[in-house]
Amino acid sequence: MRVSRSATLSLRAVALVYLSLLLLVPLGVIFAKTFEHGFGTAWGWVTTPAAVSAFWLSVTIAAIAVPLNTIFGVGAALVLVRGKTPGRALLDGLIDLPFVVSPVVVGLSLVLVYGAGGWFGSWFLHQGIRIIYAPAGMIIATVFVSLPFVVREVAPVLSEVGEEQEQAAATLGASRWQTFWRITLPSIRWGVAYGVVLTTARALGEIGAVAVVSSNVAGSTLTLPLLVQQRVTTSFGSQAVTSSYAAGTELAVMSLVVLVAMTLLAPRKGDAA
Amino acid sequence: MSIEVESITKHFGEFSALDDVSLTVAEGSLTALLGPSGSGKSTLLRIIAGLEAPDTGTVLLDGKDVTDARPQDRGIGFVFQHYAPFAHMSVFENVAFGLRIRKRPRDEVRTRVEELLALVGLTKWSGQRPHQLSGGQRQRMALARALAVDPTLLLLDEPFGALDANVRGELRRWLRRLHDEQGVTTVLVTHDQEEAMEISDTIAVMNEGKIEQVGSPREVYDAPATPFVMGFIGPVSRVEGHLVRPHDVSVSLGPEPGAVEAMLKRVIYLGFEVRLELELPGGDTAQALLTRGQTEQLELSAGDIVYVKWDSAHAPSPPAVHAPPDGGEHARPRTATA
Repeated sequence: MRVSRSATLSLRAVALVYLSLLLLVPLGVIFAKTFEHGFGTAWGWVTTPAAVSAFWLSVTIAAIAVPLNTIFGVGAALVLVRGKTPGRALLDGLIDLPFVVSPVVVGLSLVLVYGAGGWFGSWFLHQGIRIIYAPAGMIIATVFVSLPFVVREVAPVLSEVGEEQEQAAATLGASRWQTFWRITLPSIRWGVAYGVVLTTARALGEIGAVAVVSSNVAGSTLTLPLLVQQRVTTSFGSQAVTSSYAAGTELAVMSLVVLVAMTLLAPRKGDAA
Repeated sequence: MSIEVESITKHFGEFSALDDVSLTVAEGSLTALLGPSGSGKSTLLRIIAGLEAPDTGTVLLDGKDVTDARPQDRGIGFVFQHYAPFAHMSVFENVAFGLRIRKRPRDEVRTRVEELLALVGLTKWSGQRPHQLSGGQRQRMALARALAVDPTLLLLDEPFGALDANVRGELRRWLRRLHDEQGVTTVLVTHDQEEAMEISDTIAVMNEGKIEQVGSPREVYDAPATPFVMGFIGPVSRVEGHLVRPHDVSVSLGPEPGAVEAMLKRVIYLGFEVRLELELPGGDTAQALLTRGQTEQLELSAGDIVYVKWDSAHAPSPPAVHAPPDGGEHARPRTATA
């Protein structure tokens, strides 16, 4: 189909305006509001003990959830694409569960299972392990909601790359493990990388499921998004604005850092072939 | 390495890819598995390599049962139809792969890979990625990669299928020379009868999951065991119920004993040879292949009435012969096949 130059330009303009209104303008406003009273004030709000604690809790949760979901995701994608076991359709459906179930419901179900009166909760409490209203539950909630990203990014790449290179490696004497590390993983690396970016972004930004299983105590069980929420709802006036926007900006910057890091590591086009 | 395949059966769902196939390949030979697509030739090759598992039957390599052995334990080199280059590695690393897996010392790897790259004419390309190579170069890289681990058996799946005609012919002769120099037992799969005739010592003709005939190129051409083999190995015409090769049809201008009247529909000049398209009384069409000189001598042109005779000595006597004649010097079927 041939599209005239003016049509192309106007389509682009529409897309840009659309994205600007939905994404760039609100983000821009956050940045602007954050630094309304100067950089020092904003810096002060992101370095309060509560903010520092929230930052580290968010980082810790992501640092645990992302590797877990990466390992699980690559494994599940291998089972789905390369496997021959009959249960694949079921696994395929289950993996999308976190996408279709509301995060709040995820949080509630975790309370039912791991909470004080829940199925496993009492046993864990007996062992002195607190899951709900503690970081452990927040990690479980985050793992759950960010589970599908790596699988969904890696599976199509795996099936596009095909099985022949792996078979060639086998005929050349490579064991399954050697084939995985030397052939399979390098050929799906960009799918994995993109899945990791999405998982990280979701792990850092998740609020619904995490809020339900958190005790919402500043300094111990508040993540950055929860801190933003708390500052918005419990403080007043310009303080509320600056403090919550400062934490919001911090969160946005963290996500941007992840994105930029991946873009820098990303493939030059010719490499991907 | 010698191969013995015994009573192999393989189904893919409802589809029967191989139906009780047996074949022996002698050490040092170059055997072609020849057949149309869907005849089971690639499946048989992949079963020999261990890339597919047969439903029933056994595979013996050098007399040892390897039916359940993994591909990496069979001492084979395999060249895939689309070469399966390792896309993220340089040409050098592709060829070095098997040696690195075997943890050979660095210097040895370098020497061996350089030697192989020289052998396949890719020395200049050693640092390139596979996608920067042409089809023929990729094919030679795949061969070098398979040869690097000193396989005792080289298996090639449609090795020249994806190349254009010139490159194909050149690589074919090159592979034959390589085989003669290195003496590695080689089995290749092809659907191109000319390729099979040119390159191999022995041809196993396959059709619908069975081996129709095993023999030297000359045997399968001159003494086809079944009508299928006759039709697949070269052009044929059906004349009054007989299968005849066009070059076994003779043409004259006057009636002769045993000759049939025919109408000459077209005269096609193919260079040295001339193909005549004939219409026979029953409405059958037939082809005759004459030399240019013969055609000019007879002053033939389209629309002429001519008299044709044929020599059906080479045709399989219908109905099809089920037990093929004793096979070629390198291979023979182990059971009667049809």
